[in-house]
Amino acid sequence: MKFFTEENAELAQEIIGRYPKPRSAMIPLLHLAQEQEGWVTDEAMTEIAELVGTTSAEVLGTCSFYEMFKRKPVGKYVINICTTMSCALMGAGDLMKHAESRLGVKSGGSTPDGLFTLEGAECQAACTEAPCLQVNYRHQYRVTPDQFDQLVEDLASSDSDIPEHGVLSQIRQHIPADKFVGSTPPEDVVSAPVWLSEAGGQ
Amino acid sequence: MTQMAGTPIPHAPGFIANTTPRIVTSRFDYEDSYTLARYEATDGYQGLKKALQQTPEEVHNEVRDATLLGRGGAGFPAGVKWGFCPPEVWPRYLVVNGDESEPGTYKDRLLMELDPHQLIEGCLIACYAVGLSQCFLYIRGEMAVAQERVAQALNDAYAAGYIGKNILGSEFSVDIVLHWGAGAYVVGEETALIESLEGNRGMPRLKPPYFPASIGLYGQPTIVNNVETLSNLPWILEHGSQAFTAIGTETSPGTRMVAVSGHVKRPGVYEIINGTTTFRDLLYGTDMCGGIRNDNQLKAFVPGGGSAPWFTPEQLDLPFEASHVGPQGSMLGSGAIMVMDETTDIPAAALTLTKFYAHESCGKCVPCREGGTWLEQILRRVVEGRGTNRDLDLLIEVGETICPGDFPHAAVASKGIEAVPFPYRMTTICFVGPSAFAPVHSALTLFREEFEAKVSGNDEPTMIEVAVDV
Repeated sequence: MKFFTEENAELAQEIIGRYPKPRSAMIPLLHLAQEQEGWVTDEAMTEIAELVGTTSAEVLGTCSFYEMFKRKPVGKYVINICTTMSCALMGAGDLMKHAESRLGVKSGGSTPDGLFTLEGAECQAACTEAPCLQVNYRHQYRVTPDQFDQLVEDLASSDSDIPEHGVLSQIRQHIPADKFVGSTPPEDVVSAPVWLSEAGGQ
Repeated sequence: MTQMAGTPIPHAPGFIANTTPRIVTSRFDYEDSYTLARYEATDGYQGLKKALQQTPEEVHNEVRDATLLGRGGAGFPAGVKWGFCPPEVWPRYLVVNGDESEPGTYKDRLLMELDPHQLIEGCLIACYAVGLSQCFLYIRGEMAVAQERVAQALNDAYAAGYIGKNILGSEFSVDIVLHWGAGAYVVGEETALIESLEGNRGMPRLKPPYFPASIGLYGQPTIVNNVETLSNLPWILEHGSQAFTAIGTETSPGTRMVAVSGHVKRPGVYEIINGTTTFRDLLYGTDMCGGIRNDNQLKAFVPGGGSAPWFTPEQLDLPFEASHVGPQGSMLGSGAIMVMDETTDIPAAALTLTKFYAHESCGKCVPCREGGTWLEQILRRVVEGRGTNRDLDLLIEVGETICPGDFPHAAVASKGIEAVPFPYRMTTICFVGPSAFAPVHSALTLFREEFEAKVSGNDEPTMIEVAVDV
């Protein structure tokens, strides 16, 4: 039984083909696995290991380094409240307390209905719009307690553009075959690119 | 995507225009600033066309002459960095650092979301000039909208013949591959970024020998440039290096983007003139932040991202010029200014940063892995009123295991404290460890009385809680 769906398996091959070395596709493939299941399963890591030519232990090693990869199920919506300095100065602590009480979970916990996971998070590059948060890595800015409640209501009734956890970019890069220069393993490239050598080299 | 009635995903806010010439933010006012149609209608890809009419060496010289300082944090001139690739070692790669995550920093995400084609054009110019045969555009994992905007822009630019084989009918051929991370601050460090791009845990490499320009991605010469740095290139190629150096100062030409957050009236992202704009202009100028909220007193500010030693009102008249800011004890870093007014609990503010760096330690170097956590735990008990007088010295002792010797800090004339110039010595491979210490050290040096008040009369050590039933 393969982990990736047929469509995602094809996509995986396309992604691997863009890199001079297949292992570089490991993080993109972990994202693809998380998009498919909402979290990264052991089966996914085993299959990714085969696809990029390494062991599942190596995949776990990489996977476990990165905050976004969840190795157990999380809510449909992961709410990350920024708690770093700019947001902390502008009321992130109160927002977090409010969120914990509204959702009935502590930071790090998930609601029993599987809808929400609440996390304290680090600087989200929206520091001028504090306090900010992200839902599945989409920002909300200058969030008041009332707006937080409205957000939770909207998400619970699916009244939002935000896709479920695991889905990052909803637009994929596709390189047309006739335009693709191609990824050559570095050891097979021995000379300067043609536009540079014609100009006399550097 | 159809707009639904409930909570939408908002357009990235924050940019506030002022009277500065707009080099990298020139399209931000358009609703469709991120589309190819808008880009082409506003001089888009003209810099690339001009570049292709010159030799790669001429393009490289143009960028070198512009003295374009890297906008990621280190401030090293891009044209000089490009020259560090060893001759006749092929292939060479370009890695774009779009992993913006330094606390307080908010500019690269705006550039990626609002003007992705400008970044793409910059990548193409760099690849052409230095003979880089493939470009990897690494965007921070937590930026879904930036990933979407850049993906669409890449697809459109490929279709229009700006990327890929025989660009605009020339011999120049290069792919740009979109890649994104998965949440790790340290990956913003260039050698960690390369490790991550190779599919590994994002742990920095030791320099030397692993300077990316000589031994980078797959062991090959690799240029790592920041998003804002590359976004300047189309303008420089189109208007020439002389037009660029006519703005700002000789050593810090052009403009730069800065984000001001915290206790100001108009927090925002501003494009300012490099080298001459002062912190006072920025924080109090009527076309910029307009002063401190509620007309409160300014207590302190972080001048260059969470890693930077702090400044007080005494440093307000310093300009955005490294040769001025460095000797005064800090750095300009990533253009992130975090402002604290008189109501700020200084030890608690320092804790918000130290916990960040302690959490983000990759674990490779012991002084950072252990020291960062120690700093956080000691500072936390001080903030929570469980600390002792001894803890204040202990914080410095732990910090000195990461950064031996005098740590840089600002002068406080009113207290007779003189500045210690930037940079610091360090026992770690990268700056994450020292960054955990920087806020603690600044806060303790500049506002020691606030710490003393929190530990007042408490000379007994606090026993560390031992968890038994977990």
